[in-house]
Amino acid sequence: MNFLDLIWLIPLFPLAGAIIMAFLGRRLPNKIVSLICPGMVLLSFVVSLGAVIQLAGLPEKNHEVVLFTWLPLLNADMGYLLDPLSSVMILVVTGVGFLIHVYSIGYMGHEGGYYRFFGYLNLFVFFMLTLVLANNYALLFVGWEGVGLCSYLLIGFYFHKKSAGDAGKKAFIVNRVGDAGFVLGMFYLFMLTGSLRFNTVNEVLHSGKYAVEASFGVLSLTALLMFIGATGKSAQVPLYVWLPDAMEGPTPVSALIHAATMVTAGVYMVARSNALYQLTPETSMIVAGVGAFTAILAASIALVQNDIKRVLAYSTVSQLGFMFMAAGVGAYWVAIFHLYTHAFFKALLFLGSGSVIHAMGGEQDMRKMGGLKDKIPTTFRTMFIGSLAIAGIPGLAGFFSKDEILWQAWSSPIGSKLVWAVGITTATMTAFYMWRLMFMTFYGEGRMDEHTKHHIHESPAVMTVPLMVLALGSIVGGWVGFPKAIVEGGFFQAFERWLAPVFESKHAIEEGAAHHDASIEYMLMGLSIAVALVGIAIARYIYLKLKEEQRPTGGPLYKVLLNKWYVDELYDFLFISGFTLGGGGLMAKFDENVVDGGVNGTAWSTRMASRITMLWDTYVVDGLVNLTAFFVKALSFPMRFLQSGFTQSYVLVFVLGVAAVFGFYWWGR
Amino acid sequence: MTEFFFYAFALITLAGAILTVTLRNAVHCAISLIASLAGVAGLYLLQQAEFLFAVQIVLYIGGIMVLFLFVIMLVNLDSAAHERQYHRSWWAGLLSVLGTGLLLLYFLRKGSDSLKLAVPGTTGVPTGTGGNTQQLADLLFSEYLLPFEAASLLLLVAIVGSVIMAKKRV
Amino acid sequence: MTPITTAHYLVLGAALLLIGTVGVLTRRNVVVILMSIELILNGVNVNLIALSHHLQQLHGQVFAIFVITVAVAEAAVGLGILIALFRNKETVLVDEIDLLKW
Repeated sequence: MNFLDLIWLIPLFPLAGAIIMAFLGRRLPNKIVSLICPGMVLLSFVVSLGAVIQLAGLPEKNHEVVLFTWLPLLNADMGYLLDPLSSVMILVVTGVGFLIHVYSIGYMGHEGGYYRFFGYLNLFVFFMLTLVLANNYALLFVGWEGVGLCSYLLIGFYFHKKSAGDAGKKAFIVNRVGDAGFVLGMFYLFMLTGSLRFNTVNEVLHSGKYAVEASFGVLSLTALLMFIGATGKSAQVPLYVWLPDAMEGPTPVSALIHAATMVTAGVYMVARSNALYQLTPETSMIVAGVGAFTAILAASIALVQNDIKRVLAYSTVSQLGFMFMAAGVGAYWVAIFHLYTHAFFKALLFLGSGSVIHAMGGEQDMRKMGGLKDKIPTTFRTMFIGSLAIAGIPGLAGFFSKDEILWQAWSSPIGSKLVWAVGITTATMTAFYMWRLMFMTFYGEGRMDEHTKHHIHESPAVMTVPLMVLALGSIVGGWVGFPKAIVEGGFFQAFERWLAPVFESKHAIEEGAAHHDASIEYMLMGLSIAVALVGIAIARYIYLKLKEEQRPTGGPLYKVLLNKWYVDELYDFLFISGFTLGGGGLMAKFDENVVDGGVNGTAWSTRMASRITMLWDTYVVDGLVNLTAFFVKALSFPMRFLQSGFTQSYVLVFVLGVAAVFGFYWWGR
Repeated sequence: MTEFFFYAFALITLAGAILTVTLRNAVHCAISLIASLAGVAGLYLLQQAEFLFAVQIVLYIGGIMVLFLFVIMLVNLDSAAHERQYHRSWWAGLLSVLGTGLLLLYFLRKGSDSLKLAVPGTTGVPTGTGGNTQQLADLLFSEYLLPFEAASLLLLVAIVGSVIMAKKRV
Repeated sequence: MTPITTAHYLVLGAALLLIGTVGVLTRRNVVVILMSIELILNGVNVNLIALSHHLQQLHGQVFAIFVITVAVAEAAVGLGILIALFRNKETVLVDEIDLLKW
């Protein structure tokens, strides 16, 4: 079966699942729902796997399937492109997505709205697959918006909680701000290259029509605008504020959307547009800088958070910063590599935390946890592996990808030592806060009340099996990206080679990296391992060895970090209050003066008009009537005296009349 | 001879007329009017209208003037005799009549030539048999029958009207 | 003397008419006014008779008979009105009878 030509089916399976849920979901029993929705994702995974394997057999690893022309003017079709980059993405999305669906069967089993949850999840997978499989920016944008919508729906899943609804709105609105930039960037791109199809755009950009921009020009602006969209979607500064609040949604949602898939859409988009970013070193530098800054900022906040999911949320923001660091210094395959390994261990950590919360009967505050490692062993062991991975312990997936990022930051022609320094500091902080989480949650004495303690139980298999699969992936997943310095050849650089055709460049980035000095690389590698171990050691010391009273309390910086650097408050003041109060005040003034003024003005003019009419009526019209009467009176006044009532005067008039007649004849004699 | 009688009768007529309109006492006015009417009757006779001469005497003087005298008696005019007899603006009437009179005179003089045709006293007697009365009767009852009857009706109305007008209570 | 022509009679008739008119216009006493009206009528009769004689016809005389008839009727009714008026207003002066004044 030619899977390659069936790649358009890959997004359709979960769409079918969502539609079935929309129309029939209410009537289906939970068991059927549990079969349909994860089953759809599994089908997608199978088709994806088949297609990717067949893609590997193609000489030109670029297969397009166009269903129909959608927007001819923008050169955008309903078309799907399977190339190495999208193949990685679809496998990650469908694979991890499937595992999370299975997990959700257990996690959401007792919740209301079971079918609704799975319907939304399937819808989300559909949009995400559309996003990564699209062959043009317009269809990508459709998926982009769609995942934003699903994110809103799923964050606000517990809609009866006001905080959930607010978080959903915040996510959507902040995303929208970024999307505005993305759309502008798309317009510019279309203007510059005449098309939105990836293949065509890349052709144009590679053709040498545009030279590498030395300073900030039109290309850089385009790249920057598109990156703004990425910051919204992938939670970078300044648009990251929605992601921590998004933890209001159910934990599987956090795992799928806010760890493995949606937030990586921005990284994917930058990677897909690598031809553009290669031509604009200024913007690439901005990308790397923003990524680095976000990484360290988020990590600093994660150091002191007490909600288990918040720690993981900020950790995600921080790791995304790493990915953008890689993309910014030109190591696009590394960014995708980290995306892929991060999907494994972050999903694992989120699902594990979900398991912990489930065991704790809904409690999320780590200060009330402790001593769980014997009570929920499977969860503990899998999370242990995941935490090692994220800390960057060698052998596990996270080490390979994170180390490669740090190396590229140091050595790339458009890298920067400063970025490396920020990166390594962040890595230390990552190790620390992750193991702080582990020690507080699983080790030591249990700090929860008796009632909760009795209810601690391991999660059912349907939840723990995905955890185990993900743990396995966290271990072996990184082995396809060994640094060349350690071992060379074949399987060990498979990831880079696989993605090479997508990220080919005419420039010397890769060649520059090839001439590296192995010794520096070893040194840096050793340094990153060391800082990871140091971070873990400090965490162990404070949270395991020290008693609670002895722990350092932190001081003023602690308060700032706990309050997330007051960024939310700043935004609230600048944008919300400023707009509503200022805008509201302005609107009120406008309403008072212009609108009411207009209404009053018409009233006034009506009164004026009526006054003039009244005057006209009184003086002119009545005047004319009175004048007529006056004339009659004036004329009749002398006539009155003729009617004297005096007969003889009448006779006199007779005589005068006769005289007049005679006189007339005499006159005419 | 004719001229003498004419001027005599004319003098009586005019004198009587002027006295009628100027005398203070109403009875004196009535007597003057009788004289005037008698003069007019004489003028009729001169014009060979014998019947009308008779009618004038009998009817006018004997009927109407007697009636006038009766009414003057009924209406006590003694108090009225002491009042002012003429209007304040009597000159207006006099003036207008004078004007009219002058104009009339002028017209009469203008057309007097055409009046010279027949000299009274000559033949002038209309052809036909009988005297004046007979001829008048012939004319009256043949050609003027309708006006005659109408006149009788008018007299009837006048009788009824005057009786009603004069009654004490209607 | 000049021979008496019809014109003389006409002048006389006119004179009677004018004197009668003066009387109607000038006198205040209603009875005298009525008598003046008789004068006018007589003047008219004189005219009629004179011209009848001038034209050698009797039509004028017939007409004069009718004039007299009407004069009689009018005098009777007029005097009747006078009596009625006198009974109500106790006056025979015409300018005191001014109820129809403006």
